[in-house]
Amino acid sequence: MRFLLLFSRQGKLRLQKWFTALSDRDKKKIIRDVTQAVLARPPKACNVLQWRDLKIVYRRYASLYFCCGLEEEDNELLTLELLHRYVELLDQYFGNVCELDLIFNFEKAYFILDEFVIGGEVQETSKVSVAKSMEEADSLQETMEEYINKPTY
Amino acid sequence: MPAVSKGDGMRGLAVFISDIRNCKSKEAEIKRINKELANIRSKFKGDKALDGYSKKKYVCKLLFIFLLGHDIDFGHMEAVNLLSSNKYTEKQIGYLFISVLVNSNSELIRLINNAIKNDLSSRNPTFMCLALHCIANVGSREMAEAFAGEIPRILVAGDTMDSVKQSAALCLLRLYKTSPDLVLMGEWTSRVVHLLNDQHMGVVTAAISLITCLSQKNPDEFKTCVSLAVSRLSRIVSSASTDLQDYTYYFVPAPWLSCKLLRLLQCYPPPEDGAVKGRLVECLETILNKAQEPPKSKKVQHSNAKNAILFEAISLIIHYDSEPNLLVRACNQLGQFLQHRETNLRYLALESMCTLASSEFSHEAVKTHIETVINALKTERDVSVRQRAADLLYAMCDRSNAKQIVAEMLSYLETADYSIREEMVLKVAILAEKYAVDYSWYVDTILNLIRIAGDYVSEEVWYRVIQIVINRDDVQGYAAKTVFEALQAPACHENMVKVGGYILGEFGNLIAGDPRSSPLVQFNLLHSKFHLCSVPTRALLLSAYIKFINLFPETKSTIQEVLRSDSQIRNSDVELQQRAVEYLKLSSIASTDVLATVLEEMPPFPERESSILAKLKKKKGPGAVSVNELEEGKREGELNGGGERGDNSGISASNASTPSPSADLLGLRTVPPVSAAAPSAGSLLVDVFSEAGVNDDGFLRDMEPPTESSDSLLAEGSGDSDSAPPSAVSEDPAPPLPESNELLNKFVCKNNGVLFENQLLQIGIKSEYRQNLGRMYLFYGNKTSVQFVTFTTTVTCPGELQSQLNVQTKIVEPLIEGGAQVQQVINIECLTDFLDAPLLNIKFRYGGALQNLTLKLPVTINKFFQPTEMASHDFFQRWKQLSQPQQEAQKIFKANHAMDTEVLKAKLLGLGMALLENVDPNPENFVCAGVIQTKAQQVGSLLRLEPNAQAQMYRLTLRSSKDTVSQRLCELLAEQF
Repeated sequence: MRFLLLFSRQGKLRLQKWFTALSDRDKKKIIRDVTQAVLARPPKACNVLQWRDLKIVYRRYASLYFCCGLEEEDNELLTLELLHRYVELLDQYFGNVCELDLIFNFEKAYFILDEFVIGGEVQETSKVSVAKSMEEADSLQETMEEYINKPTY
Repeated sequence: MPAVSKGDGMRGLAVFISDIRNCKSKEAEIKRINKELANIRSKFKGDKALDGYSKKKYVCKLLFIFLLGHDIDFGHMEAVNLLSSNKYTEKQIGYLFISVLVNSNSELIRLINNAIKNDLSSRNPTFMCLALHCIANVGSREMAEAFAGEIPRILVAGDTMDSVKQSAALCLLRLYKTSPDLVLMGEWTSRVVHLLNDQHMGVVTAAISLITCLSQKNPDEFKTCVSLAVSRLSRIVSSASTDLQDYTYYFVPAPWLSCKLLRLLQCYPPPEDGAVKGRLVECLETILNKAQEPPKSKKVQHSNAKNAILFEAISLIIHYDSEPNLLVRACNQLGQFLQHRETNLRYLALESMCTLASSEFSHEAVKTHIETVINALKTERDVSVRQRAADLLYAMCDRSNAKQIVAEMLSYLETADYSIREEMVLKVAILAEKYAVDYSWYVDTILNLIRIAGDYVSEEVWYRVIQIVINRDDVQGYAAKTVFEALQAPACHENMVKVGGYILGEFGNLIAGDPRSSPLVQFNLLHSKFHLCSVPTRALLLSAYIKFINLFPETKSTIQEVLRSDSQIRNSDVELQQRAVEYLKLSSIASTDVLATVLEEMPPFPERESSILAKLKKKKGPGAVSVNELEEGKREGELNGGGERGDNSGISASNASTPSPSADLLGLRTVPPVSAAAPSAGSLLVDVFSEAGVNDDGFLRDMEPPTESSDSLLAEGSGDSDSAPPSAVSEDPAPPLPESNELLNKFVCKNNGVLFENQLLQIGIKSEYRQNLGRMYLFYGNKTSVQFVTFTTTVTCPGELQSQLNVQTKIVEPLIEGGAQVQQVINIECLTDFLDAPLLNIKFRYGGALQNLTLKLPVTINKFFQPTEMASHDFFQRWKQLSQPQQEAQKIFKANHAMDTEVLKAKLLGLGMALLENVDPNPENFVCAGVIQTKAQQVGSLLRLEPNAQAQMYRLTLRSSKDTVSQRLCELLAEQF
């Protein structure tokens, strides 16, 4: 997998993850082109499209598009399920996840992704394992009170 | 503001984010962000040391701002500080910032690497994972240098936690992908393979990606993974869905692991061990069987996961391409999917079938789905599915269904989406050419193509139709008639005008008998399009007009009038004006004989070898001969076998007037009919380009009479009209061997070596040159045990070369005993600069049979170089003096050999020039200087060679006081590196 993008129906980017080194200019171009290509698709169209040398696999969840750029040897259907598994994990963590959760807790969305995809390859497909490591991480955090007493700016 | 759901709330961050969301305009957002940036900057610069929490919060805000698309130029140091915090969330935010905003500031990288090193050795699995994720996310070379040695140790250490192993495996994969040279294979590699046996499914899932990548590069070292993968796969496939608990996804056991295992197996040929192979075949059959079972769930997740495995299994079956039974089953399964209500499955089935179509076992089975695929092309609502359907039709096309498929594609083109038209046009053109049994069909198809999608017809396509018409005289009359009719349409595409202009200019006479297409009607038809066309087309039409004057003298006055009109003869475009002037002059002063010679019908284009084979030859290099034989064999086989082309080759053979020895310029016969009928679409498209690219050059050049001045044009027309290629100078000697140019090129940079060798004879060369004189020793060795009799050699200088080189030979003994060698001395004097090489013809009888072969003697202009040493200043001054465009020749070309500096130097020295050190400001570049000594004059030459190691390309520039010398040297040298 080369990259994962999350964007809204309005084309606002919510998350970008790149698994190969690219310049900022190239990234911006890919984001623009791929977003446009996917948003222009009619409903019920096939979830796969060819874009340059990449296979783009995408699926829409409510107002958010989850979109991957795949290499030739990657499996399209399984990537769709990878996206689904990611949504399940987000859902499990946030409890009925919505776009706002990903805006306000964008860092968490990145952390959860890191727990099950590294360098564009799936490292852990078990929901239990990923959830467990997220929980462990949270338990390492300081107590809430500690924060609430701090000034906001 | 929504409540922060979990964990560490950073209220300040949430407030900021919601402020941004409330901004009504872009300006307001920028204002708010600038305010925040100023605030953060002052906090970071302030005297008061920030606590970890504040630092984390501000870094997180910066990250948010960056992800909104704004530039961030500070905060890196604070993020690096967070890395060494012992609070998890602070460390985590620090790593996230580094991963997203990595900066190649070396000072910072050192600090980051230090922090990572500490975390890797912390033995705290959570910290270790964070550090590994960061390395994998950044994946830079600096990180590879720092950690490529450490990570394999972590991966195979006995006491490493499973979760860390998983991260380490994929982290190493990322580093291997970016810097394979830094990840050294070692004793850890064998232990990595055995991770396939690991108890923990997550570890296997992660490790297998690494193993797959390593196997692709080092298949032998990882061979043992095949049997391990098969047994792992077999355990999963045969397990009940509940066995694997967590790793079961919607009732499908371990889909990710299964797919990765099947993918790994695709790196290898089928297992040799019968038991392993049996087990694997059993797995594949089980997967195919499961596809027929009723689904265990109605959810799309279930069917997707299940079908993902199925498609991967089919890929493996296609990769093996050795089990006819499985291939046909796969094809049937995909056939079911073609009509499935899920669009994704239809799309993927079409895609997968494309590869199946190229297997000889399943090609026929794929063809049975033709109606479904045509239907998909017509009715699918999604353009990407239609595109796949078109690809599949292309892949399944062969002689039996070509007419149907081409017709369907043509009709689809009328409504096709703009995005795919160009590709469709190419495909139609390729298919029409490849499977043309009768060429009138081919001509019809291409003209239709231009009519329907003229804008998308590239030059290559219409060049090609003209070449074919020129070379096949059985289709010329038909082509003239058809193109004449097509031009009747009130609006026809410019490409049609081009084809029309060319074909009527050549063959308009074939339809001139009909009063409806009399010469004047033809001319008026063409000329009615003239004013709507672009300059290149107009230029082509002008050439067609002058050809008309030759074909039909009765049109002369009309055409001369057109040429004489101000809009032609005073045209602001230089090319058009020049043509008008020259053609007008030519038509008025040249006698009919001269005119007929100059404007003679185009000679047939030389037969071209199949570009696929040409590619193969290039790859094989020294083994070229064997490929040649292969090609020869194929041709014979096809001719003898009769095959599908039987009828047609009969026609062309009996057609004595076909001037080319084989009019088969498509290379049809070298393409085996079915098995290789559908190589991947990509490679074929490239082929058409490369082939046509070579052709078009010659095509236009041939078509246009020289345009330098009308004088030279006439001179050439009358004087040299019968100048024949060098091989035909004398009737007796054989034409030069096809490889003689290649042999010549071998000796550009060296003077000694073996020039030629076959089963009978070996010819060695030793030569030396001084000033404008050279002496060459040829050694003829008889490799057989039988004597050669009437051994004679002749050296000739064809054409102009006679006046440029003076070559004297001593006669050799007419008899060479078996195993013996004779020597011949050749003296050479260079009178003036020259292009061609002298020809060496050798004749002798071996066991009664006459042997006759002709080679090019490796005498090239550079042999007469005198090296000239000069300082940097002088070199550049001289370089500038030679700045007229024609004095320079330049070529940019791909490296044919390894770009080794020492080898390059040796070659340049062998060239005969002085290799100048410390002259070019770029130390990678080479510059040379030398003077070519001829009897008539001295020609100073400078050379500059610029290697680009990254692109594996060279740029070669030559400047000489004489333009032909620059050109020739450039040509010769471009073959050397």
